Amino acid sequence: MAAGRGGGVIARGEANVPPIIELASVRKTFASPAGTMEALADISLQVDAGEFVSIIGPSGCGKSTLLRIVGDLVEPSAGTVQVNGKSPRQARLDRDYGIVFQTPVLYEWRTVLENVRLPLEVTGRPRAERESRPPALLRLVGLESFRDHRPSQLSGGMQQRVSIARALALRPAILLMDEPFGALDEMTRERLNQELLAVASETNATVMFVTHSIPEAVFMSSRVVVMSPRPGRIERIVRVDLPPERDEKTRALPRFFELVTTVRQSLRADANPGPRDPR
Amino acid sequence: MKARGLRALGVAVAIAVLWEGAKTLFAIPAWKLPHLHEIAGDFVRRTGTDQLYLWVIAQNAGVTALESLIGFALGSAVGLVLAIALSHSRVLERGLLPYVVASQTVPILAIAPMIVVWLGTTWFSKAVIAAYLTFFPVTINMLRGLRAVDADALALMHALAATRAQVLVKLRLPASLPYLFTALRLSATASVIGAIVGELPVGSRYGMGVVIINAAQYYNWRPANLWSAMLVSALIGIVFYHLVAVVERRVVSWQPAAAAA
Repeated sequence: MAAGRGGGVIARGEANVPPIIELASVRKTFASPAGTMEALADISLQVDAGEFVSIIGPSGCGKSTLLRIVGDLVEPSAGTVQVNGKSPRQARLDRDYGIVFQTPVLYEWRTVLENVRLPLEVTGRPRAERESRPPALLRLVGLESFRDHRPSQLSGGMQQRVSIARALALRPAILLMDEPFGALDEMTRERLNQELLAVASETNATVMFVTHSIPEAVFMSSRVVVMSPRPGRIERIVRVDLPPERDEKTRALPRFFELVTTVRQSLRADANPGPRDPR
Repeated sequence: MKARGLRALGVAVAIAVLWEGAKTLFAIPAWKLPHLHEIAGDFVRRTGTDQLYLWVIAQNAGVTALESLIGFALGSAVGLVLAIALSHSRVLERGLLPYVVASQTVPILAIAPMIVVWLGTTWFSKAVIAAYLTFFPVTINMLRGLRAVDADALALMHALAATRAQVLVKLRLPASLPYLFTALRLSATASVIGAIVGELPVGSRYGMGVVIINAAQYYNWRPANLWSAMLVSALIGIVFYHLVAVVERRVVSWQPAAAAA
């Protein structure tokens, strides 16, 4: 594997392969007693296999909703979605994706190992795999010595690593991540960024990553999708032309800062729309 | 542990001082409030058939405890099944829940004789009455627990394309165990009340209900007798409550120490 320790390689989409995730003119409106609220307006996006795509935008721009539409956890109001060449529903039933939420969502009555084993139990995998895979996954995220701990005995960063290991249990082609490191401190976040890159390239997973951290998005992604607030639209897609090999040095590159600035300006462009901008 | 024992002892002494103090201060007669030593003495008196009364009351307490225990198990099982059924269907919940609630508004004193008439004066009819009081807290609490599952924990199951049965067994039931045990603590004491009420109608020969009826009849003559019966009845409930708490600490071990009893 190309992945070095603590580093990762960004895969490039290949020209002739159909995209693994394809959204065309997707809309989402939520009905509430106060009327309908338009969460997403006309989203079209293609993600190639092996890509790491971040979705960034202010709170309430519908980026989580977008991710959940891909995962068939939310139904789009209009538009078409294809995941791994199928409907999102079929992709979900085929367990084509693993998901990581903002909170670790570990089942507190299960040990760390049992939490990682959950997907293998639900899908009725053979006993041999149920026994061998969870320890291997915990090794991947560096938590093998905590296998018999309760989730509550782990720090927030460790809990989120367990949840990543669980998402990888069924070797999914796609990883959907909904602000997984949002609640972590900066140091932990940066370390987990690199770990995730290593894990993603090792497993060849396509990652769709929702975040509100600009450096995080630039550091990890092949492309950063910048969204505008309500109703959520794609404001701009920034291609990250940093070297595919990413490590601590990447964060010091002038190009890294340029890209961070580009993304920030794209966010600013619509975060304060119109003449009401006080600045 | 030692500190807790001392605390309990301290409270007991304080109650005793208050009790006897009030009795002396306000000159409360024995038929209103007997001396504590009179109540204690009641346990060691000889009965008409020359038996130690402590032994007699212990036998009756044993009968009641057994009826309560069976009723508790029965009621918990029924309550659990009912909660699972109601949680799976809003229609069922809307149709049945009002009757479940209504069942508890009917005085148990009115229902108990009827159940005894239907099922006979056996231990089983008393267990059924105990179950009647037990199932309700379990149903209501479990219904709540089964529904109170974290949205993302549920989304995870959905993402894994889990079946309803898997969601129930792997998520909803374990997640609602703390709710279940809260209900079981309530039910543990309620089941004892149910069994005692079931023993009140004529025809029963053993149990704390019978002891209480007898003691009440001779209250003017021997007031301490009713007090000792109350004390023992309460004791059964307290023991049950603590048994549930002990099991809870073992089963719900991931919870940071459930509120001590």
